[in-house]
Amino acid sequence: MQRILIIGATSAIAQEVARLFAEKGNRIFLAGRNPDKLSILANDLSLRGAIQVEKGLFEATDFDSHPRLIEESFNSLGGLDTVLIAFGTLADQKKCEGSVEETLREISINELSILSLLTLLANRFEKQKSGTIAVLSSVAGDRGRKSNYVYGSAKSAVTTFLQGLRNRLSSSRIHIMTIKPGFVDTPMTASFKKGFLWATPESVAKTIIKGIEKKKDVLYTPFFWRAIMIIIRSFPERLFKKMNL
Amino acid sequence: MSYRSWGGTKTAVQRVIPLYWEQEPFPDTEGKLALPFGNGRSYGDSCLNDGGVLLDTRHLDHFLSFDRKTGILRCEAGTLLSEILSFTVPQGWFLPVTPGTKYVTLGGAIANDVHGKNHHRSGTFGCHILRFEILRSDNSRILCSPSDNKDFFSATIGGLGLTGVILWAEIALKAISSPFIQSETVRFGNLDEFFSLSRESDRDYEYTVSWIDCLVHGKNLGRGIFIRGNHAPPLPPPTNFSSSRNIRNFPFSPPFSLVNTLSLRAFNTMYYRKQIRKRSKRLEPYDPFFYPLDGISHWNRMYGRKGFYQYQCVIPEEESEFPVRELLTEIARSGQGSFLAVLKHFGNIPSPGILSFPRPGITLALDFPNRGEKTLSLFSRLDEIVASAKGAVYPAKDARMSSKSYQQFFPRWQEFLRFKDPGLSSDFWKRVTKGDECNAY
Repeated sequence: MQRILIIGATSAIAQEVARLFAEKGNRIFLAGRNPDKLSILANDLSLRGAIQVEKGLFEATDFDSHPRLIEESFNSLGGLDTVLIAFGTLADQKKCEGSVEETLREISINELSILSLLTLLANRFEKQKSGTIAVLSSVAGDRGRKSNYVYGSAKSAVTTFLQGLRNRLSSSRIHIMTIKPGFVDTPMTASFKKGFLWATPESVAKTIIKGIEKKKDVLYTPFFWRAIMIIIRSFPERLFKKMNL
Repeated sequence: MSYRSWGGTKTAVQRVIPLYWEQEPFPDTEGKLALPFGNGRSYGDSCLNDGGVLLDTRHLDHFLSFDRKTGILRCEAGTLLSEILSFTVPQGWFLPVTPGTKYVTLGGAIANDVHGKNHHRSGTFGCHILRFEILRSDNSRILCSPSDNKDFFSATIGGLGLTGVILWAEIALKAISSPFIQSETVRFGNLDEFFSLSRESDRDYEYTVSWIDCLVHGKNLGRGIFIRGNHAPPLPPPTNFSSSRNIRNFPFSPPFSLVNTLSLRAFNTMYYRKQIRKRSKRLEPYDPFFYPLDGISHWNRMYGRKGFYQYQCVIPEEESEFPVRELLTEIARSGQGSFLAVLKHFGNIPSPGILSFPRPGITLALDFPNRGEKTLSLFSRLDEIVASAKGAVYPAKDARMSSKSYQQFFPRWQEFLRFKDPGLSSDFWKRVTKGDECNAY
């Protein structure tokens, strides 16, 4: 039995991960913005076998609320073994280019709020000397592209921060996992045309659970994104800057 | 986005709007007609809406409540029957009625008022639905049950998704003491034997269906294999049984159909002869018994790019033998059928739905590779036989019946219009009402 905190629990990938955790009879704390959605999910998870499901309201950019959320989840589950951070918005790149405010808002949700949570969680986990912190970053953070660089740079910062944290906490035996999904068919990408590279939240969730069990450091999901990103990263900047990506 | 239905004979281009949460309002379709979409297992065009919007309900898949004592399950309408089974079977509950694939949504099963091998005992899927909620395009929500909004309840069951989006439903499951089925297969040599086997089996078996060799005519017309079964009593599971099923995949659509007269004759003869003894009994898991075709994902691809049709009709009880013989003769003569050819006796438990397909009698279902005009003209001849016997053709399987035939098969369609959501439609509905709908309003 594990005690699991999922932040951004009503996101499509998080819901599927939560279901897999529930089926194994774990205790789960769900944090999210919408109380109605949280209730539906909490109910679903209890039916699927979770032995305890708690919920707490959470707004990413309300930084002052972060310590409270972590405190609350620790107390109600009697400690934490695993944390999954899964919230995010896919920035509207064009809108960001025309507005500093919009850019900063996206950075605040997709980067700063995650760094805030990680700072708090890292100190807790460092003391208990066990546990997993898994965070949804993105392949978009592997290289800046004109179509998506605001979101990409936020994810890139998260990835780098996690690298450092992993290095800092490895001696405390804390498992830090950076999850880099490729294209996943979720509400975040509802307006995209879907092709053969697209994965379902269910299949991505399975790889996340496996990654946690196997204590992977960096998880590309589906796996072939590792190869795709090696190629994308290998282009010299001189060429890359002229490409339409 | 371009979608094909299961049969692959129809393609439609439409905008897809996924629905994620039941409490969210009806989405903005920008003035276009919409159609709720489940898992796309309808064969023809009842799940397509060319030029319009599809409301994809697959993400409405949360379990809402389950009473382990009474077996009453409430869940969102995009939940697959396969998901329900893997949740409830370990707890001793089974679907009261199940179609031949478990990859359909709960909402789709209600909207098509599907039936199964136990129709003679349990009626249709809709007979076991206790209540549900629909979301209309004007954003109103209607809670329907046999006592509340009874008229909407009976219009939505079998209503092809056109009365509103089914958001969730409550279903009464059936208690089982084992996930196994005790089944028996019996070889029969002709149609007369089928009828007597069917009468005898309906008495003692909960599940009955038969496969027939659609190529044979003359004195062996209607020969086949009768399949019957009951839920097994509590038993220790066989030791060599593995619960995970090996699912194979049909990887792509070949340019032509792999089903042709030669391959079919070989297959049918082999299938009929492989059972050497007249009877054979076995204990098998529920999965291969109910869902033999689910063992191969995308099996529909074997018919090639042109796709295939399924023709399913029902011939009413009184005097059903002669029309069934006529249908089979016509099909055998054409040489066009496929492996999947099924005969089953429907019992007399009435469906709650006003547009439900099942009615007491004999139902015949066959797949046909799409050979264009040749296949379509065969269907027209079959329609005539069905019409003169006062039977009906199943909309969930249909891609081609005329509006005249539909209106003859489903005489209550005009009564249905009072409950139809004006913001919803489908290619099927446009085809079979052909603008007559406007006159009826």
